[in-house]
Amino acid sequence: MIERPTWRARHIWYRDWRVFKKYAITNILPYFAEPLLFIIALGYGLGLFVGQIGGVSYAQFLAPGILCSSAMFAASYECTYSTYVRMIFQKTFEAVLCTPVSIEDIVLGEITWGATKSLMSGICIFVVIWALGLADLASVAIILPVIVLAGLMFASLSLFFTSIVPSMDTFNYYFTLLLSPMFLLSGVFFPITQLPAIVKDLAWLLPLTHTVNVIRPAAMGHYSGTFIIEIAWMAIFTAIFYGLATVLMKRRLLD
Amino acid sequence: MAIIDGRGVTKRYDSLLAVDRVDFSIDNNECFGFLGPNGAGKTTIMKMIYCRIPVTEGDITVDGLSVRTNSKKIKSFIGVATQDDDLDQDLTVYENLLIYANYFDIPRDIAVKRINDLLTFFDLNGKKDTPVDDLSGGMKRKLSVARSLVNDPKILIMDEPTTGLDPTARRQIWDTVIKLRSEGKTIILTTHYMDEAQELCDRIGLVFSGKILEVGTPDDLIGRVIGTNVCELYVTSEEQLGLVKQTIKGNIEQVGNRLFVYGNDADVLRRQCEAATGISQHVRPATLEDVFLKLTGRKLK
Repeated sequence: MIERPTWRARHIWYRDWRVFKKYAITNILPYFAEPLLFIIALGYGLGLFVGQIGGVSYAQFLAPGILCSSAMFAASYECTYSTYVRMIFQKTFEAVLCTPVSIEDIVLGEITWGATKSLMSGICIFVVIWALGLADLASVAIILPVIVLAGLMFASLSLFFTSIVPSMDTFNYYFTLLLSPMFLLSGVFFPITQLPAIVKDLAWLLPLTHTVNVIRPAAMGHYSGTFIIEIAWMAIFTAIFYGLATVLMKRRLLD
Repeated sequence: MAIIDGRGVTKRYDSLLAVDRVDFSIDNNECFGFLGPNGAGKTTIMKMIYCRIPVTEGDITVDGLSVRTNSKKIKSFIGVATQDDDLDQDLTVYENLLIYANYFDIPRDIAVKRINDLLTFFDLNGKKDTPVDDLSGGMKRKLSVARSLVNDPKILIMDEPTTGLDPTARRQIWDTVIKLRSEGKTIILTTHYMDEAQELCDRIGLVFSGKILEVGTPDDLIGRVIGTNVCELYVTSEEQLGLVKQTIKGNIEQVGNRLFVYGNDADVLRRQCEAATGISQHVRPATLEDVFLKLTGRKLK
């Protein structure tokens, strides 16, 4: 029943890209604005009281974390609300499915588009934090590919939810019960080693934790072999939810 | 020669039987209409032909290819204009056509040329860069039809192409259908407008409750099901109804408080009805609407 996606998935990506381009400035601005606010208000403001964490300033600690969480939100908003609007209200996929483009192609196209938004967010924030002296330029070679993987991961997870939600309001659960806790408990704002053992173990189950575990040391110029384990964790998580999203989208859209 | 051939086609949704073992055959270069009330299964049959939804049982071959195994190939030579407003609202008129051409893997240079031809044909050149949200209903429908032609399809499927349009826009769509048919395309449409079916369709399949009740040319259907003439009687009471039904023998149908009496000889028919009701009656030629009412009326309470 489930077929392999084809190269036609690029047409779905291109459609979304073309729409994005029309309002590129409006669309890109938030990628700079919100993370910058966090870094200034919390990093430099609250950071005065926090002092140093692990030998670096709080701003330097926080900035790579914000880069990760922004990538998470970029892909998640795209593959929940935006995909849902295209699917249900605008009937975009209905029209697409009268052509040789398949449901599998749509899923792959939407997920790669979600990851593209993560990448765009990642690039914008990296430029800002590098300019502020909060990240090492060489780390870009690790950070951007990992952000793409994180984008694919959160896009897959989001599309999985999109394939099962009964209405758009249901996304509130996804954001308040899953993404917000993840935002707060994955080591973006403080090292999770501070947390009680049980919460620490739970944090290991959160995909954002693994993204932060790679991006933060890399941004500081510390590279480690454990990156491979974190990346493998993310890759497996992505594969599982990509598969689930495909199967459930097919079930939702086929009849 | 048949280009589309359906055998024992069935569509079941959980407990609902939407299409029930229908057979149909559509010839190359004809305009075939599925006619029936809302919810009869017309759209479902069409969706199975253009491989949007799978058949539950049976099979349809389109140009020799089975919908069960060759859906992508079939989709590549079918154009579809649905009743849903499914134009891409984030895009302009031109972009809608361009992006849609992409979905068919049409090379850019060929697509651009074809799109320019379509914009001219549908008189949409002036609206090229208008977002589709700003178009009138008639223009949206024209764009929808234009979009369905972007892959130069052999078969064009139109689901209620004129529902909700004003009389001018309706006739523009009709002219388009006639022109496309003369260019050699096979056209399948659904409608619940009798005049539209009579005007456009070479043959009609009457769909009701998931079944195809009758197939034929409009005139053939009228003659076979109704005869040439109809007398429509309005009765006020149950009593009178029973009385009239008793007096008039033969072909008669009740829809609400109306009785439709059918016959070939207009004079005989009129005299018969006047005798039964005691007042002067008017006999008119039968239309497709009478066929529709006769075949579906008694079940619509």
